[in-house]
Amino acid sequence: MNGPLKRAALACLLMFGLLMINVNYLQAVRAEDLRADSRNTRNFYAQYEVERGRITAGDKVLAESVDTGDTKFRFQRRYPEGKIYAPITGFFAPESQRDIERTENRLLNGTSADLLIRRSIDLFTAKRSKGANVDLTINPRAQEAAYKALGASGKKGAVVAIEPKTGAILAMVSIPTYDPNPLSKPNKATVNEAYKKLDKDEDKPLVNRAIERTYPPGSTFKVVTMAAYLESDDSIGPETQVDAPQVLDLPNTTADLPNYGGAACGVGRVTLSFALEKSCNTPFGKIAMELGYDALKDQAAKFGIGGEPLSIPLPVAGSGIGPEEDLAALAQASIGQRSNQMTPLQMALIAAGIANNGVVMKPYLVNKIADAEGGEIETADPEELSTAMSEDNARKLQEMMINVVNKGTASAAQIPGVTVGGKTGTAETSRGQAPHAWFISFAPAEDPKVAVALIVESGSAGDDASGGHTAAPIAKSVMEAVLGR
Amino acid sequence: MSTPSAEPVPLPAKRRLAQLAMLAFAVAIVMLAYANVGLALDNQVPAGMLTYGLGLGGLMLAAYLVLAKFAPWADPLILPLVTLINGLGLVIIYRLEAAGMDGASATNQLLWTAVGVVMFSVTLIVLRDHRALQRLTYTAGAVGLALLISPLLPFIGQEINGARIWIGIGGFTLQPAEFTKLALVVFFAGYLVAKRDVLALAGRRLLFIDLPRARDLGPVLITWGLSLGVLILQKDLGSSLLIFGTFIAMLYIATQRTSWVLIGILLFVGGAVLAGLIFDHVAARFEVFLDPENPALYDREFGGSFQLMQGLFGMGQGGVLGTGLGQGHPNLIPLSFSDFIFTAAGEELGLTGLMALLMVYALLVERGLRTSIAAREPFSKLLAGGLSFILAWQVFIIVGGVTNLIPLTGLVTPFMSQGGSALLANWILIALLVRMSDTARKPPPQAIQDEGMTQVFQR
Repeated sequence: MNGPLKRAALACLLMFGLLMINVNYLQAVRAEDLRADSRNTRNFYAQYEVERGRITAGDKVLAESVDTGDTKFRFQRRYPEGKIYAPITGFFAPESQRDIERTENRLLNGTSADLLIRRSIDLFTAKRSKGANVDLTINPRAQEAAYKALGASGKKGAVVAIEPKTGAILAMVSIPTYDPNPLSKPNKATVNEAYKKLDKDEDKPLVNRAIERTYPPGSTFKVVTMAAYLESDDSIGPETQVDAPQVLDLPNTTADLPNYGGAACGVGRVTLSFALEKSCNTPFGKIAMELGYDALKDQAAKFGIGGEPLSIPLPVAGSGIGPEEDLAALAQASIGQRSNQMTPLQMALIAAGIANNGVVMKPYLVNKIADAEGGEIETADPEELSTAMSEDNARKLQEMMINVVNKGTASAAQIPGVTVGGKTGTAETSRGQAPHAWFISFAPAEDPKVAVALIVESGSAGDDASGGHTAAPIAKSVMEAVLGR
Repeated sequence: MSTPSAEPVPLPAKRRLAQLAMLAFAVAIVMLAYANVGLALDNQVPAGMLTYGLGLGGLMLAAYLVLAKFAPWADPLILPLVTLINGLGLVIIYRLEAAGMDGASATNQLLWTAVGVVMFSVTLIVLRDHRALQRLTYTAGAVGLALLISPLLPFIGQEINGARIWIGIGGFTLQPAEFTKLALVVFFAGYLVAKRDVLALAGRRLLFIDLPRARDLGPVLITWGLSLGVLILQKDLGSSLLIFGTFIAMLYIATQRTSWVLIGILLFVGGAVLAGLIFDHVAARFEVFLDPENPALYDREFGGSFQLMQGLFGMGQGGVLGTGLGQGHPNLIPLSFSDFIFTAAGEELGLTGLMALLMVYALLVERGLRTSIAAREPFSKLLAGGLSFILAWQVFIIVGGVTNLIPLTGLVTPFMSQGGSALLANWILIALLVRMSDTARKPPPQAIQDEGMTQVFQR
């Protein structure tokens, strides 16, 4: 009987061989697919097993994971500062993340390849691996000042503050906002319900108005038209005289371009500085028609408009001056109307570029990423985005913007003892609502520490002066917070 | 005839000390695994570890002592291998219980292990010569049959999870199929030894195979009918396949006729197709086997692929090294403490752990088959061969099922799955193997003096 017994033994061996091959196939070859399958709820539970890294700004903790001791969902996300920072931190929902929680997800949850060394050390020292901590460039004083000041207006809007020399984003506020805490609970059903409610809200609290929405920039865009004009000829300066008719006839149309309310601007011929101070429309329309569409578009591109979409690392919506049409359209675009659409962040970049003597720095939000033991993984390295204008021309433009604050429409932005430059704006909206109030500014002019852009939706009674009245004080409080006043 | 040589025949080593060391090693691995679970779950060595460790260690020491006294020549590897598998099963059940899984109870399993070891010892002590079983051939057959149909009887039969394979006595539920398999292997061995000449020789040759006589087909058809009956009446695909496959294998070992295997396979395929046509649940299993990832099957409430896929997800999550004991989610796999315990091991111990585990099973089967080859008379050969084969076959059916190598049919993973009946039956199976390996390895009696043509044999 030994013959068949040996063959039976061979059959047994074959069976075990097949099992082993199959197990290898499943756990070595197909493992990745099985792990990634959306029906594999282990991924969902795994999110709550790691102590996710903190998100901080200065000494403030914006997001942290708390050990709840729960067996299923041990570490849960908490946002101590809630609404104020929500457009930046985003939230950590069971099936999705948003904003910094999303873009830095693999570092925060510790799975990034950059954390490989840390994980290996943890493996051998039997420590539970933690995610990396993300430190933001946000200045909490500026952020809170901006939130408070914009909130006090009772309107919707957005504020962005940038450090001109580096591009570091010091504040980014969007109102209305939302509380990320209820969206970051492990219960899918309640989170989805809360999310749906926010998503349906007509005021769109989930939209970060500072980077995800574009608005017509209104008169604040005149600084770009001005920059193009200065760059076109070195002899042009603040005292250069330009035509300032009461109404500018637009060629090939029946329409005209008036100054606001049809008012006169000076005595028909004014200095460039005066035109900016009083925010006259006609001189800029005329300048733009002289320069042509391409010159204006090139200048805009030098400020980063219409280029590759920015990632700070949150994705920023594209801005643009609109397509080339006729001269009438160009004249309107030159004063920030027509199809001219800018994000508040883009306007802050323009102000920062002018303040930084023409050099536009690439904006960024993440200052430093460090592993749980404090070991550095990544530190921000400021990069130039582009050179918008020569240093001389930038200084001329700074001078004129300082005049706007000191003698013009933006007197509400004055800070005693600090040279502030700025430009107000009023953007007509098509829907018969009150126009948006804009303001861009920088300070101190000699050694710029902060550049601000902000919009108050429907925040203007109609003219630039009233827009300045609403918007400029908000910028002032943000600048004061950054300058420590 | 030559006279026996004057030199003593070298004795096979008993290797009792090596066995003790291996046993201690197996218990140590299990204790470390316990500690691992505790440390992973709440950062401390579980309080019960000493109780469990000493409990398991004490039990195995007792089994070892009984073995050393009553079967001193037995294969030294069998007991440590079984200890390791049983212990790992305990750890995984403990881990699932700690995760709050309903139905998982490590304490019960430890108690049943204790009873299993007692049964092992009793079998070794009472059954001094396994050939006594040969005289019980037809009794064993009758007992096996009775056990097989017992779940169908009113009052004691119970249906759990859609399969009518349990009987309830007092507060306990037993799965008689596990004992059936032992009784039937004994019956097959005895029966085939008696009839093998006729089954092997009579018949005529057709083309290249020897076909048996029609009347000799009787026993095969009866067994086939029996296993189909199990399938139809109890909806127990696993046991049906287990019994029929083992019978065919034993028939082949006894007769050396390939035609029996071919006939068996044909009958099996016929039966399977028939069952698939008649019964929805059989067809569903096959459908799931072909395309488990299909969302429609995954979401199907009854007979869908949810459980199978959960097991595969767990194994995928484990990958090559596993998540580590206590650090995965095997509790997400339904029934991961019984039928699907292999996938739970796969999740936390990884491919590495599963390969080791399969190797341990393969070694155990190999030791059993070696016993069979070393055995000196046909009944022992057939019994040891049959018991070893049924062990391998059972592992293949259930492990292949949960890893989607073959359609899934519910069976117990020997020594690992939670369940008293299976543990008891398998410990008895091991006792029988140990008993036979003792007999097989015991040196033949030495001539006390040159007795010429006369020798005295001990029985």
